[in-house]
Amino acid sequence: MTTLTAPKAAERVRSAALRGPVLGVVGVVGFLVLWELASRIGLIDPRFFPPASEVLIRLGEYLLDRAFWRDVAATMWAWFLGLAIAIVAGAVLGFLIGASRFLERFTQSTIEFLRPIPSVALVPLAVLLFGTKVQSELLLIVYASIWQVLLQVVYGTKDVDPVADATAKSYGLNLWQRIRYVVWPTTLPYLMTGIRLAASVALILAITAEMIIQTPGLGKQIILTREGGAATSMYALILATGLIGVLINLVMRFIERRVLAWHQSVRMEVAG
Amino acid sequence: MKIMKSALFLVALPAILIAIWWIATLNNTSYLVPTPGGLITAFFDTWFGDRFWDDMVPSIARLFGGIAGAIIVGVGLGLLIGSFRTLRQLLEPLLEFFRAIPPPVLVPLLGLILGISDQMKITVIIFGSVWPILLNTIEGVRATDEVQRDTARSYRLTRPHRLRYLILPAAAPQIMAGIRQSLSIALILMVISEMTYSSSGLGFAIIQFQRNFAIPQMWSGILVLGLIGLALSLVFQLVERRVLAWYNGLREVQRA
Repeated sequence: MTTLTAPKAAERVRSAALRGPVLGVVGVVGFLVLWELASRIGLIDPRFFPPASEVLIRLGEYLLDRAFWRDVAATMWAWFLGLAIAIVAGAVLGFLIGASRFLERFTQSTIEFLRPIPSVALVPLAVLLFGTKVQSELLLIVYASIWQVLLQVVYGTKDVDPVADATAKSYGLNLWQRIRYVVWPTTLPYLMTGIRLAASVALILAITAEMIIQTPGLGKQIILTREGGAATSMYALILATGLIGVLINLVMRFIERRVLAWHQSVRMEVAG
Repeated sequence: MKIMKSALFLVALPAILIAIWWIATLNNTSYLVPTPGGLITAFFDTWFGDRFWDDMVPSIARLFGGIAGAIIVGVGLGLLIGSFRTLRQLLEPLLEFFRAIPPPVLVPLLGLILGISDQMKITVIIFGSVWPILLNTIEGVRATDEVQRDTARSYRLTRPHRLRYLILPAAAPQIMAGIRQSLSIALILMVISEMTYSSSGLGFAIIQFQRNFAIPQMWSGILVLGLIGLALSLVFQLVERRVLAWYNGLREVQRA
């Protein structure tokens, strides 16, 4: 009996595991079909709401277009530079502030005041300082994403186990070694969370800066297609920004898992 | 003594920074940086006259309308999708994609479909800031304790009761985390929608000031947006502390 049922059970497990992805694909296809139908029967004016097939074809044309890739490169370069500056500055400041109870209390009110200022409020300042140069875009990106890193690192340094630190001290580890072997491993998961959050915020601000300040990139193109009345192109570019967003999320999750492979949270996930 | 000390910590750095700013602008050479006194005068002159009703109130009304809409839609749909596994699996990749779209691109999109109106701006805020709430609610519903769920069912709690007394509280910490993320997105979208197409509102006013090189006024606008952001996060912390009082208490007990 068991020899007969075992493969069946295995099959059932496999089909259950397949169910999720299959349903997911069905969902995406269903959405595209609904979109196509809503546009074809004129539920929403097709001038403003072109059918899915046309948008996907336009997206395909873009993928073969050199100018499109130049815009993608401009957006991604600003994203990368801004994110890198925010990570380095945020982490350094975070470690400094987190290391000293005095500094933490000293800076808290200022940070709590500066952090909620929406980055877009700085648009006029950026325009006056840098015009449409890439520095404008960087100012917005760095201002928006630095807080994610900074606060996570401060939380992380606070999370250091006092017993572990005392043990290291009594074993005669010097300050540098304690930072390397006690503080750093505790803070790393927090830092990675901060980087992941900062990465998606940085993309939002890169596109925003391009839309409003007209620095070169996908955001500027979206505004240009809208002003030119090319709705299909606009939808295709919006899909492209969404795909970039998904890609960034996936890459960040992958990096996080690689860097934290030794960490309890990831090990449990792999085992379970 | 202790209160004095923490008050000192609160104001020390801001006081030092303002002092540096004041000294640096004493013999003002840069047109870009106003003096502290000039900024405060500009702040009151600009925002506590006609602009209070013409720009500030409509902006804040749109912001709150959008946030309320995003919470209702996000939690409502999240409870629905989270409760049915098939529905969740059907929509999961789609929702991940929607969340990954940078929300500001919705401004030209919805401007095209809905035209330029208050509804369009509120819709932009809802559409852009609903995703963290929606996805966190789904995740929170999904992570409801299996044993508690079975217990509720075997005690024959009706579906509305289970929702009200088990699922909603269980998902609350996640939902609040989602709302916190969406607040800052909502504020960004309010400003962007007004900067792009509008004839009123804070975003519109700030861009106007910059174009006319009204520098102190421009800075005062940045200050207003900062204060709104600050007020929003303070109100949220208060609400969160009340809503999650039981949860924070539970965590403290578990830790001790």
